[in-house]
Amino acid sequence: MTHPEQIVPHGHVLRYTLRERLIHWLAAGSYIYLMLTGLAFWSPWCFWLAIVLGGGQISRMLHPWMGLVFTGSVIYMYMMWSKQMRFEQVDHEWWKSLQHYIRNEDDKMPPAGRYNAGQKMLFWSFFLGGLLLLLSGMVLWFTESIPWNLRWLRYTAVIVHPIAALITIGNFMIHIYMGVFAERGAFGSVIRGDVSMAFAKRYHPGWYKEIVGESEARK
Amino acid sequence: MSQATLRIQKISGHAGSIPGEDTQREPLVCKLVDTTTCIGCKACEVACVEWNDMPFSPTVFDNTYQTMPETRWNYWNLILFNEHEREDGTLQWLMRKHQCMHCAEPGCLEACPADGAIVQYANGIVDFQQANCIGCGYCITGCPFNIPKLNSVTKRVYKCSLCADRVSEGLEPACIKSCPTGCLHFGTKDDMKDLADRRAKQLREQYGFAQAGVYDPPGIGGTGVIYVLHDATKPELYGGLPSNPNIPLSVKLWKHPLKWLGNLALVGGLVGLFVHFLRYGPKAREDVDINPAGEKQ
Repeated sequence: MTHPEQIVPHGHVLRYTLRERLIHWLAAGSYIYLMLTGLAFWSPWCFWLAIVLGGGQISRMLHPWMGLVFTGSVIYMYMMWSKQMRFEQVDHEWWKSLQHYIRNEDDKMPPAGRYNAGQKMLFWSFFLGGLLLLLSGMVLWFTESIPWNLRWLRYTAVIVHPIAALITIGNFMIHIYMGVFAERGAFGSVIRGDVSMAFAKRYHPGWYKEIVGESEARK
Repeated sequence: MSQATLRIQKISGHAGSIPGEDTQREPLVCKLVDTTTCIGCKACEVACVEWNDMPFSPTVFDNTYQTMPETRWNYWNLILFNEHEREDGTLQWLMRKHQCMHCAEPGCLEACPADGAIVQYANGIVDFQQANCIGCGYCITGCPFNIPKLNSVTKRVYKCSLCADRVSEGLEPACIKSCPTGCLHFGTKDDMKDLADRRAKQLREQYGFAQAGVYDPPGIGGTGVIYVLHDATKPELYGGLPSNPNIPLSVKLWKHPLKWLGNLALVGGLVGLFVHFLRYGPKAREDVDINPAGEKQ
């Protein structure tokens, strides 16, 4: 099945719909706020971030609410993308060839679909990390309401929250690096929504084939 | 005692140096509570509320003499009552004045992320600075004695200050001042320890309390409030006083190994990505490798 309707003028192809882009930036904006204020609470050396963002009290007050915004955007992404994010055979092969990907030897990579295995990992790490952050975050939000005999909840939350946050921050850094610096054209795709045909063919051959059809893709 | 005792030697959430650290040795202050001579009159509760000018709120009656189940943001000092049945069937009425213990290594201060919200003075008093408090409640998690309490309106946390304002002027804390039986004592830590040891010895040798002893738990470096107990082997009987209080393990893990590993990973990750970019550069150069017409050159 081909999807010629996704081909836009000037040899470009639509990669992200307006809805996908909006949700992406809702998640990105809320996540960046959460990360900056979170880092402020993480280390005294970063507490100036909370001052810059309006003060410690305001940061503490808004952080959990922004967490709910982020949760909402992640749930929406899950509804949009969870099927496309399933690991398939090609993803296992892709993962095994990761060293080639790191060395920019993209011609040696197995043909990734719309999302490669790395992007799928990013999605699931944010989904699961977000779930842990939400659960531990609810405990931290209402810490004073936890009765003394359930204090183990607090003890668990204060260690789970930073671990989950660190995992997502690691993935976030790689995501920014790939999207902005390493894969030229990727950042534009989440702004304008389209990528060049060459980009699709180079990084997502499986997806490219779906759009233009088997015979066209062989050319 | 003088204002020099209010020189700050520990600061929560603080990057950099601390003005009062290691500058001068001040004697540590200490409150001694002799539970064996407490009569549960609650004069100390009233004196605390009055001196600290705190609004009184409705109490909760739970079929005991206790004013309320636990301390509140505006009720820092509470006598805990326990009707303990001894092995021989006789009743022992245990009363303990419960308030901030002013730990030498305070879990609240350790857990606090807000710069200067919790300080420890050179005299050992642990004090909350509400102006700097962000209301996160991490101190509640860090405290092994269930002391810090959040005011849900002001979103700041409050607790006993050991009347730091009175102490710095050479006065004893309000609770000590009000005690009619003399079960409360105030002075330097060394003097109070000595007095407590002598009282415990007296209880053991002359009053038949073979297990009498002093409560000054080492897990948190000792406390600025020490107790003489009839039975020091069972502090839990006195309103759940923990026998071996410590800063919670998860708080220690979070504030030490995890923080260092995490910072290393964050900085290492940034450096790693930068080096990767210098070594391999972008995957493709849009101007050279990929042109808008879509042909790889």
